[in-house]
Formats: sequence, structure tokens, C-alpha cells
Amino acid sequence: MLVEHAKLLFAIRAAKEVTGRKKLQKMIYIAKRLSFPYREKFGFHFYGPYSEELTLQVEELVNMGFLEEVKEKKGGYYQYRYKLTESGGEFLEMFRHDLPDQLEDCIIDMNEQSARFLELVSTILYFDSLPKEDIYEKIYRVKSKQRYTKEEIDEAFRYIRHLQKKSKSQAPTVQ
Amino acid sequence: MSYGTEKLDEEKVFKDPVHRYVHVRDRVIWDLIGTREFQRLRRIKQLGTTFLTFHGAEHSRFSHSLGVYEIVRRIVDDVFRGRPEWDEDDRLLSLCAALLHDLGHGPFSHAFEKVFEFDHEYFTREIILGDTEVNQVLSRVEPDFPKKVAEVIAKTSGKKLVISLISSQIDADRMDYLLRDAYFTGVSYGNFDMERILRVMRPHEEQVVFKKSGMHAVEDYIMSRYQMYWQVYFHPVSRSAEVILQKILHRAKKLYEDGFLFKHEPRHFISLFEGNPDLHAYLELDESVVLYYFHVWKEEDDRILKDLCSRFLNRNLFKYNEFDPATEYKKYIELVPLFKEAGIDPDYYLTIDSSSDLPYDFYRPEEEEERIPIQLLMPDGELRELSRESEIVEAISGKRRTDHKLYYPLDFLQDETSNKKAKQKIREILEIE
Repeated sequence: MLVEHAKLLFAIRAAKEVTGRKKLQKMIYIAKRLSFPYREKFGFHFYGPYSEELTLQVEELVNMGFLEEVKEKKGGYYQYRYKLTESGGEFLEMFRHDLPDQLEDCIIDMNEQSARFLELVSTILYFDSLPKEDIYEKIYRVKSKQRYTKEEIDEAFRYIRHLQKKSKSQAPTVQ
Repeated sequence: MSYGTEKLDEEKVFKDPVHRYVHVRDRVIWDLIGTREFQRLRRIKQLGTTFLTFHGAEHSRFSHSLGVYEIVRRIVDDVFRGRPEWDEDDRLLSLCAALLHDLGHGPFSHAFEKVFEFDHEYFTREIILGDTEVNQVLSRVEPDFPKKVAEVIAKTSGKKLVISLISSQIDADRMDYLLRDAYFTGVSYGNFDMERILRVMRPHEEQVVFKKSGMHAVEDYIMSRYQMYWQVYFHPVSRSAEVILQKILHRAKKLYEDGFLFKHEPRHFISLFEGNPDLHAYLELDESVVLYYFHVWKEEDDRILKDLCSRFLNRNLFKYNEFDPATEYKKYIELVPLFKEAGIDPDYYLTIDSSSDLPYDFYRPEEEEERIPIQLLMPDGELRELSRESEIVEAISGKRRTDHKLYYPLDFLQDETSNKKAKQKIREILEIE
């Protein structure tokens, strides 16, 4: 189990700080789909791909004192910020997994995007077995409340290609 | 009359220990039950390795799937029918999704999915949409029907109310498995008053809600679920068997990748070993096939594979210590080289296993908790989230409980015929005699 926790810490350290649980979920899902070695199981939920395992790992890392969690009231809801603690850094060194250098670049890049945009990107990847035109329709249907525009979806496709190039990954195969 | 609405001349019934009878009147449902892909579920146990702890737990995914179907049938036919919020056109879709929701499960699903890195949901979709008997039956309803059923099961359908019948914090799937697993394991904690819950269920926009008058039955269900997770599903002995099972699969895969010459070609596993599981091979794999291989592998010329298979078949399981990763991870790091020194490969004989459960979660806007809360329908028509009304549920809401254990082969560590010093040191660290 500890290796999987270390991989998650690696991503958060690369990002320096991740704001929002949803954003973190989407970043790890996208990294997994870019063939980086994340093993968490994802299913489709309200905000797109979501992993209960990942939620659990984050909670455990907070409880272990390896992650600092800051809860902030933002309008009508709470948002969480995560960053590594000193002991988290020590743990990461001990369980350092051989992760490719490109992962760090991709994580930094994704962390600069909004959670809303990453939700769209990860949802497109979730449905990437469908023909491209069907993905548009699927997004309009399952993400009706988010009201994504065609331009945003086009941009998400471009971003996936950008990340694929950055990760030097062959998969996933979204055109 | 279309195939989708065709009824059998006489109702068929399956005797069932949980629901007394499972009633089938729809031709489509009867035909689906008869398909080879659905019949395969008879050869897959619902609770995987739990039978090694609770010997009665030999029931199959077949009986559970029929049970979920029966609960949904009762909801849509006895409770929802005629209510303005319920679309009768969704009836067959709901029944089929309930019946087929676990279709992609393989033998010892959890271990297989972990080791070979796939999801059973992928195979559920493949079976429903692929070249199968199930697909043929569903396609007779209408060409698009298999896709609709697959989308409900995958929760990617726009029909949220139908999804919530089989997948929410209180759904037909959970209600059946709690009652069924309690019955077959012989424990008393999984029981709750399902009859009462069914009577107070109401369709409401995109989800099922519960009349306030049934709140205590819902509380009972939540507490039953909590108890079952910790008393049955996460039992440390079953988890030990699960650990060994995963290690067997890891070892066999590693040997295959290293070009090991198996005496008996593991042809049922090859597509999994190669990371490209194909549907036909997957459907051939059931628990009898897996256990057959474990018998065969017991005779292979690999010390680790032989030992692990023998342990699983003879229930010579790993022992365990409580483990707190935050304070003891350095202990684990210390143990790894000591195991190597003792001639016991830590990749296969030293494992941290974790279990975790969140008994009930309430809604926190914009968070990624992703669980629809249970809503109570108040007498004035207002909806109130369950934990706001129930002190019992509030006490456990949002509180995740996690348990970590460190598993190891005690018999190996106590065998002092070799590497005595290293084993002694390991025993000291693990605080065992």
C-alpha cells in the first residue's frame, strides 16, 4: 500500500500545492490515462471520473501527518488545499518509486488549469472509446449542469493532445 | 405484443432463502437468466474468500443478481407503479440493469482486478454490448437497448432515478447483499426491515427518497451495513486469504513473464498475464477453473508458487499484526531486508493490507465526495437529508474507519532450521514468540 501513497505524494509535491479535492482526483485520473503508473480504480460519478481509493489515500496521508490539509470556506461551500509536510517529504524519499520525469511536468501543467476544465478533460478521456462526435453529445448529456460549450470541449481535446505530447505517451487514443 | 412487453404464459418462480420467491413474468428476464453469461454467475461466489472464515458463505453472484432483480421488481411494480414521478417505460430497463449489474464479475474479482489491473465494469459492458447471448436477448427489445442497459449500470445514463435504484447509498444491490450475506455467513447483524423500507420508498425527480415515517428502518439499514463491513467483509482472516490469492496471481504472472516453463500451460490466464484480457477467455474463467490451476501449480517447480497455492487450498493462512503506517512505516522498511536475509521473499510474504469504509456520507456542495445523500420526504413535502433528522446516523456520517494489518507467514518465521538469526530479529520486531 505504501508505494501507492508515495506516488500520490510525489504528484502533490510536484504541484507544490493542490487546491480542491475534485482537482486532485482529475489530475491523478488524467495522469493514469497518460499511462503514468497510478493504480487507483476510477468509476464515473457526478463530477466525472472519481476514485474512492484515492479519496481514502488522501485521508490517510492527512491522518499520518504526511499531507497538510487546509479547509477554507469559499462562498457557500468548503474547499480543501493540500501540500506536503516535512515528514511527508521524508516518507516520500524512503518510498521513492521510479516515476518518469515527464510526470512532474504534466502535473505542474494540469495544476495550472481550473478544476472545471480538468473535469471536462477527464470526462472526455473516460469516454474515449466513443467516436469523437459522440463524445460531444455525451458531454452535453451527462454534464448538462456544467453547460460546457463546444469551444471548451474543442479546447479540452487540444489540451489532451498537448499532454500526450508532453508525457510522450501513446495512450490514450483520442483523435 | 412486442418482445419487450411479452409475458410468460405462467409466472416462473425461483425459491430463494432471502426473498422466499423470485418472480419472473417478463419473457426478456426469463431469456436473460437462461443465457450462458448469466448462468456463469452460478460458478462465482458472491463473497470470494470469505468462505474460509464463514464456511456458509458459498452463495453465488447468480443468487445475488436474482435477488437484486426481485427487489427492483417489487419497487417498480408494487411501489412506483402509477405514481406520476415514475415513467413506466423505464420498467424493463430497471429490471434488466438490476439483473445484469454484476455480470462482468469474474472469479475472486477483487484479487484479479488488483493484480491484472482491469475493472469488472469493463467486462459488464463488453458482455452486454459484445457478441454474446445476453446481447442477442437485449437487442431483440430494440437495437439500442443493450447500450441503454450498459449506461445505467455504468452510471453514465441520463436516467438518474433508474441508476439510484441499483446504485446509491441505499439501493437494491446493497439491500440484497446485506441480507443475503448475513443469511449465508450466519451472522445476525446484517438484518434490517427491508419490507418497511420498500413501503416508504418514493420516486422523486432524479432519486429515490424515503418517507419520514420509515426513518428508523433506514437507520437500521445503515447500522447493519456498518456492522457487516467490519464483522464480515473486512474480517482479517478472509483478508489473509485474499492477500495470498493476490500473491499467487502475482507470482504466476511473474513466472510467465520470465519465461518459466509451466508443466501445464496456463492457457486460461495467458491473456490476463499479457495485459490484454479478451472477453472469450474471461468468460471461460470461473472459480472451478482457478482452483484447478491452484492444484496444478502446487506441483510446479517453483517454491513460492507451490507454497502459496498450498496455503490457499489448505487454509494455512498468513498471520497478522495491527499496523499503523504513520508510526510504523520505518518498521516495514527495516523488515524488508531482514526477510531477504532470512530467505523469505518480502514481495510475496510481507504485505500491508488496508480496509476502509465510510458508512454514510452527507452532501457537501462542490466537494468530490460523490455520494448522493439519503433524503427523507417530510409530511409537508419538504426533503430533509437523513443525518439532519437522525442522531444515530449523524453520529457516523462522514466518518471513515480504516484498518491496516501487516501479514506474514508465522510458520516460516518460527522455522529455525535456517537463517535463525534473521528470523529471530524479525520475530523481535513483530513482537511474536
